[in-house]
Amino acid sequence: MSRPPRRRQRVPLALLVPAGLGLLFLVLPLAGLLVRAPWTTLPRRLAQPGVLTALRLSLETATAATLLCVALGVPLAWLLARVRFPGRRLVRALVTVPLVLPPVVGGVALLLVFGRRGLLGSWLDATFGVTLPFTTAGVVLAEAFVAMPFLVIAVEGALRGADPRYEEAAATLGAGRWTTFTRVTLPIVAPGVAAGAVLCWARALGEFGATITFAGNYPGRTQTMPLAVYLALETDVQAAIVLSLILLTVSVAILAGLRDRWVGTA
Amino acid sequence: MRAALAGLAALTLSVTGCGGGAADEPTGGTVTVFAAASLTEPFTKLGRDYEAAHPGTRVVLNFAGSSALATQLTQGAPADVFAAASPATMKTVTDAGDAAGTPAVLVRNQLVIAVPEGNPDRVTGLADLARPGAKVALCAEQVPCGAAAKAALAAAGVRLTPATLEQDVKGALAKVKLGEVDAALVYRTDVRGAAAELDAVEFPESARAVNDYPIVVLKHAGNPAGARAFVDHVRSDAGLAVLAAAGFQAPPSR
Repeated sequence: MSRPPRRRQRVPLALLVPAGLGLLFLVLPLAGLLVRAPWTTLPRRLAQPGVLTALRLSLETATAATLLCVALGVPLAWLLARVRFPGRRLVRALVTVPLVLPPVVGGVALLLVFGRRGLLGSWLDATFGVTLPFTTAGVVLAEAFVAMPFLVIAVEGALRGADPRYEEAAATLGAGRWTTFTRVTLPIVAPGVAAGAVLCWARALGEFGATITFAGNYPGRTQTMPLAVYLALETDVQAAIVLSLILLTVSVAILAGLRDRWVGTA
Repeated sequence: MRAALAGLAALTLSVTGCGGGAADEPTGGTVTVFAAASLTEPFTKLGRDYEAAHPGTRVVLNFAGSSALATQLTQGAPADVFAAASPATMKTVTDAGDAAGTPAVLVRNQLVIAVPEGNPDRVTGLADLARPGAKVALCAEQVPCGAAAKAALAAAGVRLTPATLEQDVKGALAKVKLGEVDAALVYRTDVRGAAAELDAVEFPESARAVNDYPIVVLKHAGNPAGARAFVDHVRSDAGLAVLAAAGFQAPPSR
């Protein structure tokens, strides 16, 4: 602490104005929800049976999708970050495709593979009598497809930022690759995994297009909050506002709560 | 890009048209029409016919579930004409004071059971849809085709658990086309548009769930003259012939 920290620096107006506008642009629509919310009838609307069902389903499927993404995405990120193989650039590009793909297209693609007439789906149906569309498992699949890139990118970034000498040291001390991965690599990148998982969860929670295309819309089974919001908007704007408000509250609470604790500002 | 160019060309034409003399070309400019998803095919043709008959005008069509359109309109979406798939959705627009005049019933539409080509499950009526293991797509109750489906099922005394409640009739139709469901309750007109892949099974209870399609000129229309001319065009004998060819029925009063 030799120098006194000078926190108050002059911010150029040319940056401050657009930054403020940008913030306003992002926050104003959320404020609009708060302003237009029917606060007086809120408790009664929250108590309606469909609302909590959709919220619970949303939370459950987003969590399941995140677990699936962690189980598959962390090894995938490790592969991309630590192993040189031909076509790695292409694989990395493919992994991030769902980020830019319109979710509806993702839903159609999932139908063509896992649908009842799909490449794998027809086999699943014929062999096990399992069909994924219109099931809660289908929702999880749709959400995982859209959210997985968020996890992979975060974890891969963390792996690339981690010093490989710890892993090399473990290897020279006789640790196998698996031991090195679980005992050395994973603890180092744990904050990255947590950050990726939170992002992944939030994206899964908001998923709409792929879900309604692949899993359909049925209350209690596949109707998540975003779907409920869309359908409520067809007849009852107030109900849609209430549902949106809940989703917003849950998302902000989780993002804000977890970000400081696990993600840090590293 | 081509659409943008065409739009620019139309705009230029309409501007020069207006400059040339608004008196002899009162219906020029752009007519923006919000129409129920089930009107997609006939209204696309009607829009092209109208443009051909009124050089320099452009018809912009916006198709979606009519409830969603009604919400957009009451929230201030700019449009000249609204054609809804049910009086109930039209009522939300008239109640909000967004209609100019009284909506007129344009056509009516009836539900059928859409099944894959050849009807592999030999569906003959609503009762067959309640068979164990049968996968059925309905529209959600919030949209007109869902309300009609609910009325038809109630009239038949059939209780069924659908696999999905789609947000509009095209969604339900797509799930049958993809083979993900065995059947869907959609409009007769939808199946006629997909006759190569689907068959329609008529059922008597559909008479209890007929949807009237009202059309109206909107109060805040930017182009009221064009809006009225387009509605007249749609309601002309030639216009109704286009709608009949798509499978719509004439309303009883006509």
